[in-house]
This record gives sequence, structure tokens and C-alpha cells, in this order.
Amino acid sequence: MPVDAKTQAGIRRQIKLPNREAVKIALRSVRIRIWRSCITMAGIVLAIAFLTSVLTSGVVAKSIQQTAGGATAEGGDASIQIWLTAISLLVCVVGITNAMLMSVTERYREIGTMKCLGALDWFVVKLFLIEAGVLGLVGSLVGALLGFVAGLLAGMSQYDHVLSSLNWGSALLRLVLAVLIGAGLTVVGAVYPARRAGRMPPADAMRTEI
Amino acid sequence: MAEAAVDAAREYAVKTLDVKKEYVMGKQTLMALKGVSIEIKTGEYISIMGPSGSGKSTLFNMIGGLDKPSGGKVYIDEVDISGLDAFELAWLRCRKIGYIFQTFNLIPVMTALENCTLPMVFAGMSSQDAMDKAADLLALVGLGDRIRHKPLELSGGQQQRVACARALANDPAIILADEPTGNLDLKTGKEIIALLRRLNKEKGVTIISATHDLKMLDVSDRIIWIRDGRVDKIERRSDLDLEVGSLEGEEA
Ligand SMILES: Nc1ncnc2c1ncn2[C@@H]1O[C@H](COP(=O)(O)OP(=O)(O)OP(=O)(O)O)[C@@H](O)[C@H]1O
Ligand SMILES: [Mg+2]
Repeated sequence: MPVDAKTQAGIRRQIKLPNREAVKIALRSVRIRIWRSCITMAGIVLAIAFLTSVLTSGVVAKSIQQTAGGATAEGGDASIQIWLTAISLLVCVVGITNAMLMSVTERYREIGTMKCLGALDWFVVKLFLIEAGVLGLVGSLVGALLGFVAGLLAGMSQYDHVLSSLNWGSALLRLVLAVLIGAGLTVVGAVYPARRAGRMPPADAMRTEI
Repeated sequence: MAEAAVDAAREYAVKTLDVKKEYVMGKQTLMALKGVSIEIKTGEYISIMGPSGSGKSTLFNMIGGLDKPSGGKVYIDEVDISGLDAFELAWLRCRKIGYIFQTFNLIPVMTALENCTLPMVFAGMSSQDAMDKAADLLALVGLGDRIRHKPLELSGGQQQRVACARALANDPAIILADEPTGNLDLKTGKEIIALLRRLNKEKGVTIISATHDLKMLDVSDRIIWIRDGRVDKIERRSDLDLEVGSLEGEEA
């Protein structure tokens, strides 16, 4: 989608970054920095694994109680569950934002260079969002699966017949929810540093070393 | 010669009016530019000379629209660039000006070819055309056999040549070259100078180059001497010819 500015002297002034090129550049930079990408992703994986395991053990406990027929959920347990979920979300937010902040700030120079070559602010943001989306999605998927398995194992160590009594629908729903939260947070975490970097005068961005 | 008449007819490609730049570092402020006014006509070949730290790179950043001056005005093609919006500024950087940075500023994760392709992608050229042209440009600077190398796999001089090729990508009207031959051996340095000179002569590209290279002075129309953030003096090459001997003595 070309953006047209005022035409001057009959020249159609165009600056653009086609989506295909953007995806290519973003994927390449994930691939080339694969170690760095893995470390960023590890933060996301851990955060989402923690969240998912908490959510899953919640579902396990509930399913066991329901099949046991007793709808007498103990009040103390429920509030601990909520508390744990809230903390895990917080861990998730901090972990992911930190990972994205690091991966953007260490590349100010590169961002500055791109701006010198004519990149608009939102090209930079777009590249980082695609990159963050990829890292976030892959990281969250891995994390959610690990967390799910961990939650089940924890349940099995506590109760019998976990797998047969598990409410799969509700467990899967939480799995999907965790992946969405992870991918969403990763993208949101990247927006702020990417926009800040995008707005810097290129000379400053190129000089910034961390 | 009718040079004066021709000069008068040409408009200014670059004009700065009392440009100041102040860097604030904690409590200290440093005036890197203390009011620089220069006028450069379209199609001129200008060398900017001055000791290290005199403000050459800072001035380039101002002229190239890469940083905002703390005071004064910069005009590119008679347009005050402080009045440009983000889009127009990006267009200027992408299409109008080609930069060769002192520190090369290649993108480390991209190959030489990809580095050269990037400005053309931003300019809206198709990927295939951009790659073809980038390959041609790299061949032109003598790197035809290294196009798949990343910057870190190249020597300093080779990186500099990639930076040159990248600066030519969108056929800029102005080339800002910060020490383009600083890392090059005599032969390659001469080739780059010849290349810039050819662009200047044949296509009327305005060249503004910071340099310590005497070979470079030899081809320039005028030399602007910067000292301590101010314009020290401006000389035509014809005036300089007499002085090259003494200059060499001074540098040695
Ligand atoms: N971002 C910055 N922050 C603080 N000081 C700066 C900054 N950029 C440049 N300076 C200072 O401004 C002065 C001019 O620097 P500049 O890089 O323009 O010199 P130069 O003429 O290009 O030198 P050289 O020939 O070594 O490249 C120097 O004293 C430098 O320390
Ligand atoms: Mg310099």
C-alpha cells in the first residue's frame, strides 16, 4: 500500500515497505540472531508455561471435584488459585516486556540506519511487531504446551484418574487463552520500545549504545 | 571563463544559515557547531576539511536531515527542511540524498547485497529489480564477488565500498560522504574518487565530502575548511593549487 505525499515537480513521492518484504526482513532477523531470539523466546516460554501450569492445575482440581460429586469447593483454595493466576500474569507481563525491550534497545543503531535510508517511523514499528508476533506465537505455543504437561503431571501426583476426569474442553480453552495472552503481550511489549526508537532522530539512534 | 555566469544560473542544492548544534551531556554543553553558513550549488563537488572533532560529521547530520540543529536553518533545494513532515523527510533521505557514513553503518545481519537493496525497497522498487541493481552497484565498486558476505566478514575497506554502493542505490541528487576513502588503499581510494567524480561530471550529482585525502581535494571545485565548529575559510581549487605543497608539509 503506497502512501502518497504532496507531489512536487510532478514526481510521485512514494516511500513504502510492502508486507512481503517486511515479513522477509523480520523473519531473517529472527533467523540470523537465532540465539538471541531463543533467549528472548525463553523468557516468553517460561512466563507462559507458568501461567498455563497454574491454569491447568486449576482445571484439574475442579474436574476432580466435579467427578467426585462434591460441589463443595473449598473457599481457601479458590482464592489461592486466583492469587496464583494473578501473580503468574504479572510474571508473564514483566518477563515478556523485558525481553522485548532488550531486543529492541540493542538494535537502536540498526533502526537509526534504516531511518537514514528512508524508513518511516512505522516501518520500524511494523518490522518489530512482525518479529515480536513470530517470537511471541512460537514462544507461547511451546510455553503453553510445557505448562499444560506440567500442570497435568502436578495433578497426577496429587490425584488419581486425572486424565479420565479432566474437563478437556475447559483445559484447551485455557491453553488457547494463554497462547493469545503470550502473543498479545509480546506484541504490546514491543510497541513501546519500537515506537520510541522509531521516533528518535536517526543520528541519535545510531549513536545510542547500551 | 563563463564559469561565473553558469554558477549564477544554478540554484543551491544545499544552503545552511547560521547552523548551530549544541550537545548537552549532563551539566556540560558542547557547541559542536557555532553558526555555520555555507552555500553549495547544484552540481558542485565540495570537500570539507578540518581537524578531528571540528564538527564535520555533525554538519553532515544537519545537512542530511538526520538530526535537528539547535539553531539556524538548513535548505535543501531551497526548501527549509525543518518545515518538512516525517514523510517528506523520509523521502529526502531515501531518494534525494545518498549517505556514506564515516562508520559505514551497514546493517550487520544483512549481506552486502541486502544492505544495498534496502533503500530501493523503501523507494518502492520491486525486489528483483532492486537485487539486480544492487549487484551492479557492488560490481561497480569492485565487490562483485563478495555480494553474499555480511559486513563482519568484510574488511574495513570493503565495508566502505558497500556503503558507497548503497549510497548510490536510488540515484541521489546529493551525495554526502564522510571520509569515503578513509579506510581504502591508494588504488581503491582513487577508484572511488574517480567514481564520485564521474557521477558529478556526467550526472550532475552534487558531492559533499569530508576528507583528509589530498587526492580528493584535487578533484573538488571548492574546499570548505571547518575549525572548531566554524567555517574557517573557503577556497576554490584554483587558489589551492599553489598551496598543496605546504599542505603536505603541514600534514606530515
Ligand atoms: N552525540 C554527541 N554527543 C556529544 N558530543 C558530540 C556528539 N556528537 C559529536 N559530539 C562532539 O562534537 C564535536 C564534533 O564532532 P564531529 O563528530 O562532528 O567531529 P568530526 O569533525 O567529524 O571529527 P572526525 O574528523 O574525527 O570525524 C566533537 O567534540 C564531539 O565530541
Ligand atoms: Mg567525523
